[in-house]
Amino acid sequence: MSVILVFLLVVFGFSLWWLSQQRLLSKPWTEQGLAVDPSHRGEAAMPTAKIALGIFLAVVGALFALFASAYFMRMEYSDWQAPPVPSVIWANTAILVAASIALEIAARTARDGRIDISRVALAIAGAATLVFLAGQLVAWQQLSLAGHYLEVNPANGFFYLLTGMHGLHIIGGLIALGFTLVALSAQAPISGQLQLRVELCAMYWHFLLFVWLGLLVLLAGWAGDFIAICKQVLT
Amino acid sequence: MVDVTPHDESGVPPAEVPELELYHPKSWWTTYVFSQDAKTIAIQYSGTAIAIGFVALVLSWLMRLQLGFPGTFDFITPEAYYQFVTMHGMIMVIYLLTALFLGGFGNYLIPLMVGARDMVFPYINMLSYWIYLLAVLVLVVSFFAPGGPTGAGWTLYPPQAILSGTPGGQGAGIILMLVSLILFIIGFTMGGLNYVVTVIQGRTRGMTLMRLPLTVWGIFTATVMALLAFPALFVACVMMLFDRLLGTSFFMPALVDAGEQLSYGGGSPILFQHLFWFFGHPEVYIVALPAFGIVSDLISTHARKNIFGYRMMVWAIIIIGALSFVVWAHHMYVSGMHPWFGFFFATTTLIIAIPTAIKVYNWVLTLWRGDIHLRVPMLFALAFIVTFVNGGLTGLFLGNVVVDVPLSDTMFVVAHFHMVMGVAPILVIFGAIYHWYPKITGRMFHEGMAQFHFWVTFLGAYAIFFPMHYVGLVGVPRRYPEIGDTAFVPDSVQDLNAFITMAALIVGFAQIVFLFNIFWSLRHGREAGGNPWRATSLEWQTPTTPPPHGNWGDHVPVVYRWAYDYSVPGASQDFIAQNDPGTGIKAPRPA
Repeated sequence: MSVILVFLLVVFGFSLWWLSQQRLLSKPWTEQGLAVDPSHRGEAAMPTAKIALGIFLAVVGALFALFASAYFMRMEYSDWQAPPVPSVIWANTAILVAASIALEIAARTARDGRIDISRVALAIAGAATLVFLAGQLVAWQQLSLAGHYLEVNPANGFFYLLTGMHGLHIIGGLIALGFTLVALSAQAPISGQLQLRVELCAMYWHFLLFVWLGLLVLLAGWAGDFIAICKQVLT
Repeated sequence: MVDVTPHDESGVPPAEVPELELYHPKSWWTTYVFSQDAKTIAIQYSGTAIAIGFVALVLSWLMRLQLGFPGTFDFITPEAYYQFVTMHGMIMVIYLLTALFLGGFGNYLIPLMVGARDMVFPYINMLSYWIYLLAVLVLVVSFFAPGGPTGAGWTLYPPQAILSGTPGGQGAGIILMLVSLILFIIGFTMGGLNYVVTVIQGRTRGMTLMRLPLTVWGIFTATVMALLAFPALFVACVMMLFDRLLGTSFFMPALVDAGEQLSYGGGSPILFQHLFWFFGHPEVYIVALPAFGIVSDLISTHARKNIFGYRMMVWAIIIIGALSFVVWAHHMYVSGMHPWFGFFFATTTLIIAIPTAIKVYNWVLTLWRGDIHLRVPMLFALAFIVTFVNGGLTGLFLGNVVVDVPLSDTMFVVAHFHMVMGVAPILVIFGAIYHWYPKITGRMFHEGMAQFHFWVTFLGAYAIFFPMHYVGLVGVPRRYPEIGDTAFVPDSVQDLNAFITMAALIVGFAQIVFLFNIFWSLRHGREAGGNPWRATSLEWQTPTTPPPHGNWGDHVPVVYRWAYDYSVPGASQDFIAQNDPGTGIKAPRPA
């Protein structure tokens, strides 16, 4: 359970930082009048949707941290045999990185009001992500053709489970991205609301890329090596 | 009193926020069924939760009938008994308590108490309820599935949960249970995001975090915890579904079932236990923290006194929430864990007692020299304190490894957790329903029926669960439909069991009085007015009662003070509402 505990430590640290700015030491019973929280002041205030997405990503992060915890605990058992990483995975990773870059460009150009570039970048990101998903299916096929079926070994099970769970989150993002693309195509001068939507898409994609890189570290066996080194150092 | 109004008005949010993009219902369907109004969603959540809660109540009757009078009822087979135990536990913990506190009270009270017009994402909020309803329906369907619902115990421990020897293990029962839980978690995440973001972003002008009523603090912290803890249950459910349906061996060791070698091998049941309790222990506080918050407000209002140690109460809520994530393995002392782990988890468990005790002291000190009105909500709040202390103390026993090992899996544990997270939070739920009933319906409940409901429930709950501690101490194991003849259990235990069953039947019937009162008073209760308890928090200051869609009419309230200005010396009334701009204090007359 160490992965989830480290993750929670980060979340709690962030929460503590936030709470420390909320005048938790004030004595409300001695005060009256229009008190104002620092975070509520003018431009410093983050858009509500961005905060909501941030919290949602924390939940998604907890989910994958728990999967990672389960992965580490299960791999301690003697029957564990990690499958080889299908070669297409590396190409998929590159494509997901490209999608993330395209979305970053879309968000930045949307902020500058250059709607044409933003629209194209968003479409490219969507298409690249679809290619990524197809590539993941190819990876599944490569694995099963090599005889690494889901039920043969728990390591295989985790491979399908984790890539599948990640893919489901990507699909959810793609739906939001599709709606944003439609809205972006219909609107000539870009509104602040729409800029925000593109930005949120980019934020979500970066996070899922980060999760994917984490999963890759797990599935490629590097994490296991790292832990083995740590254990040797400790003993 | 210090005036904290900022001199520099720049950057202060405007007093009047533009009306949110509230969805204005156009038809009966969108007003009452597919409503996006948090208050309607709250009532839908509560109604569904209470309905499925009554199913769990009937299940507990059936269990008690078997335990009190074993062999009398032919239809209660051992398999059926396991199914009753499992479904009763699961429904109560997840589908009743969690849904009612967060989905019900969270939805109703958060927007009103923070001075918002609605949740920040009303549409997602509506989806949250409908997915919850779907989860409940899937759960109900499992009662009618071939083989019946799962009988794996509410903890669903593998490997037995998916083996043929367990009811529903090889049928549809366990699958439907897992799917229902997954749906519940998805639905809850949608609602939970709303509650948290509304507290962070939706507060009205002047409503700082340290002016929030403790109810909001409790629900807010519990929701944050639930958002981080439920994923663990999600992971456990998905992986078990894989084991059951796709033949993986995440949790399943090699084993022989009915003389046949199964294809599973090498899996770890302990892994499931870690995941389950990583959710399961925070779940206790997900239920308890809203109860803590609500009780604080009930006590303060009905004792006409400000809450003692507001800051400590807030900090204690936060500390309890954080600590509850590092105690989960105290549910697993007998799983063969390393003794040092046990020592660690026993220590963290006992440390939680400190902030919890702070809360109890502060409630008692709030009562001290208060102007106590023993109205029904107050009775329930007082009953909660006593019951929570009772259940908490046996928790201190069970938190220690050496005491837990012999008591593990006995009725003592059953008595403990029913006291601390069954009876105690449900007493708060009743108190809260009676307290806010006038706001929700505009009418008062029938006092006599409510008093009857309280006394029967309170005394009856003790008649049920006090003796159960003794039954557990002599060594009667939990989850056994019948003990039979043993060398260590005296015959008198059977008499005690029959007594407990009678008490359980009576307490169960008293809940029908509660339900009747709720519906009867809708029409026949006397008009309550906007603020019958003369309370300070914002929900009692709405221009109309019940509050309409959008809550506040033309102007959202502006907050000038904290939520506990009761019996302020020199004030013209014994309470000053949070949105009262004046000091409310008359200049003292020269003698």
